[in-house]
Amino acid sequence: MITRKDSVILDVVTRIMVPFIQIFAFYVIFHGHYSPGGGFQGGALLAGSVLLQRIVLGRDRSLPGFPVKWGVPFGVIGVLLFFGTGLLAQVMGGNFLQYDALPFPMDEVWLRNTGILLVEIGVAFAVMGTLIAIFDELSGAGEEA
Amino acid sequence: MKAMVQVLLILLGVVLAYAGTGLPEFGDPHSPASQHVSNHYIEHAYHDSHTPNIVTVMIADYRSFDTFGETVVVFTAGMACLFILRGLRRRDEEGDPVDHA
Repeated sequence: MITRKDSVILDVVTRIMVPFIQIFAFYVIFHGHYSPGGGFQGGALLAGSVLLQRIVLGRDRSLPGFPVKWGVPFGVIGVLLFFGTGLLAQVMGGNFLQYDALPFPMDEVWLRNTGILLVEIGVAFAVMGTLIAIFDELSGAGEEA
Repeated sequence: MKAMVQVLLILLGVVLAYAGTGLPEFGDPHSPASQHVSNHYIEHAYHDSHTPNIVTVMIADYRSFDTFGETVVVFTAGMACLFILRGLRRRDEEGDPVDHA
């Protein structure tokens, strides 16, 4: 079980860094259309921000932010978001993952742009949930959850 | 036996080195890899999806089946880890002798 380390420096630096890491993670995800990055990298960064809190702040203060039992559901939501995007396109008359068949009021090109974004968000959720779930399991945080 | 394995490995290395001489130059525009679909991707990626990052268009649009598979693989591997770890711990608690090696 991970317990809190009594170090003011680690504590303060973590609390300052975590929002920036998360902002950068979202930047990596949403700016993946224009620069290197995307769902896998952004999801790993999001997971990193939570794991940093788990390690430095300890169980009592990091669990309210991201409870142990959320890890697996996040992974499931991510995979289902990806699958749902594909299935929605298929239900609306296109092929599986054919984004320009999605039922949003946009022209075809922007629909593909949006489809890519939805898929990247799904990947990010799946990677984030899976990484956090594995860490919680290894650290024993899931024992009482 | 050991000597035979080593001779086989060296032979295999020679074959690989010889085959390596037949590979196209790095970045060769006339290599087969640069002549099939990659030209289509490079020419159409932006007009197809308003996305300047061709790599993103490729992994999330043209090759989104692959990426879906990757996501499922990541998720499945994570779930497999969870099941194995939980199974080990449960057996520990029950006092079974478990081979952790």
